[in-house]
Amino acid sequence: MTAGFGSENGASASRRRRTVPRGIGSMLPAVTAVASLLGLCLLWSLAAEIWPSRAFPPPLEVWRVIVKEAASGDLGYHLAMTLWRVAAAYVVAMVVGSVIGVLLGTHRRADSFFNPWLVLFLNLPALVVIVLAYIWFGLTEAAAIGAVAINKIPNVVVTMREGARALDPRFAEMATVYRLGRLDRLRHVLMPQLQPYFAAASRSGIALIWKIVLVVELLGRSSGVGFQIYLYFQIFDVAAILAYTLAFVAIMLLIELLLVQPLERHATRWRRRPA
Amino acid sequence: MQPAGVAAPLKVDITEKTFRSAEGVTIVALRGLSFEVRQGEFACLLGPSGCGKTTTLRILLGLDRQFSGSYQLPEGGSNRIAAVFQEPVLLPWRTVEQNVRLALSPHLRDKALDWLFEILGLSAMRSLYPSELSLGLARRAALARAFATEPAILFLDEPFASLDERTADRLRRLLMTVWAARPTTALMVTHNLREALLLADRIIVLSPRPAQVLGIFDVGLSRHLRDAPALNNLVSDFHKRFPDAV
Repeated sequence: MTAGFGSENGASASRRRRTVPRGIGSMLPAVTAVASLLGLCLLWSLAAEIWPSRAFPPPLEVWRVIVKEAASGDLGYHLAMTLWRVAAAYVVAMVVGSVIGVLLGTHRRADSFFNPWLVLFLNLPALVVIVLAYIWFGLTEAAAIGAVAINKIPNVVVTMREGARALDPRFAEMATVYRLGRLDRLRHVLMPQLQPYFAAASRSGIALIWKIVLVVELLGRSSGVGFQIYLYFQIFDVAAILAYTLAFVAIMLLIELLLVQPLERHATRWRRRPA
Repeated sequence: MQPAGVAAPLKVDITEKTFRSAEGVTIVALRGLSFEVRQGEFACLLGPSGCGKTTTLRILLGLDRQFSGSYQLPEGGSNRIAAVFQEPVLLPWRTVEQNVRLALSPHLRDKALDWLFEILGLSAMRSLYPSELSLGLARRAALARAFATEPAILFLDEPFASLDERTADRLRRLLMTVWAARPTTALMVTHNLREALLLADRIIVLSPRPAQVLGIFDVGLSRHLRDAPALNNLVSDFHKRFPDAV
């Protein structure tokens, strides 16, 4: 009897779960993410209570610094400078890396010739590239962005080369038979096939780029999050360091949620969705 | 010089086509293959599997230039070629209609195609993506793409392979309906004798590899008279003339 009741309850429960309105169902991941972040904050403030130290401020104090810096306009300015450098380096790295990657992926001899170069650049430390760029080209904006891009380009090349190797020759043959123009081929045949690889390179790229941008700013720029962090490091102001870091991470998160994910959903709309 | 609008026939004269295998062994796929397809006729290349039919078609489509010999494609009309491949080869990220329109030259992209989608029973599927179609429907979309270009010649490479017999038969009849509405010179490759006898005006019978023309079989009978008993007669006629073929 009880077993019967139990299974009946189970069935009705699962039916109820299925009838949850779509709005709430799609909100669930966001709610989970917020709860998870709140948990982390709670853990952090607890730890700060237990070990009180100037070097380990509680989240509330970090928040106060964020508000203060934002009110003075400093936060906005430095975030904007860093964001622009990230964007510029990202565009340069993705465009140059994609072109080289596709060329290497479609030309076997060029690939075997340039592969050692690629391995060399992949293993070149970011710091070395930055220092050399500053020495050779001066402490300029172009040198800074170029150095970041050069650090990222080999990764893009490797990913896009895989993408180019995986191109389906049947689509190219169809395009030849039906005499598609160069632009049409690029837009309708080549780019959609490379899109998943481009998205993968983008994802890993943007995270890597913003970390390198901070180093570039620390070493040779007088603005940006990296510069501010260096400044506050000299006076051991951990709250301000965390304030700038978290503010920028939050912005990157917003970009991911509001720009990258919707774009990706649009680009993959033709894939059969799981029912 | 042909008068404008009248296409010269397809002339094929391939002296030799060889493949080099991974171990460096040379395989002769075609040797001394020559045939003609007349203006406006539906011809079939019939031969056993692996005899080089698809190789021939790839040469004619301009996808394989490593051969000795020559061929001449029909001129005039739209001066375009169209192909229906063994698989539909639709771009998965474009809708059925976008796939069809992409094959058109840019200044014709907006032309009316309602009649074509109507005949092929695709009117309701124009905005679907290929992944939402069955294989049979995807092949209809591939046919729509080929006919939309109003080609001077249409090449079909076993377009009904890997379909169940009923679907394949429906599609064969659909092909004939579209072809009757927009006649064009067509060359279809197949190893299916009944399919060839059902669709073709003339059948070019090929030998096993290296492919050579064994002879031409004129079907003669008007298409609407080719019902099951008539086809059986044609099959036995064919076997009398070509006892070793297929």
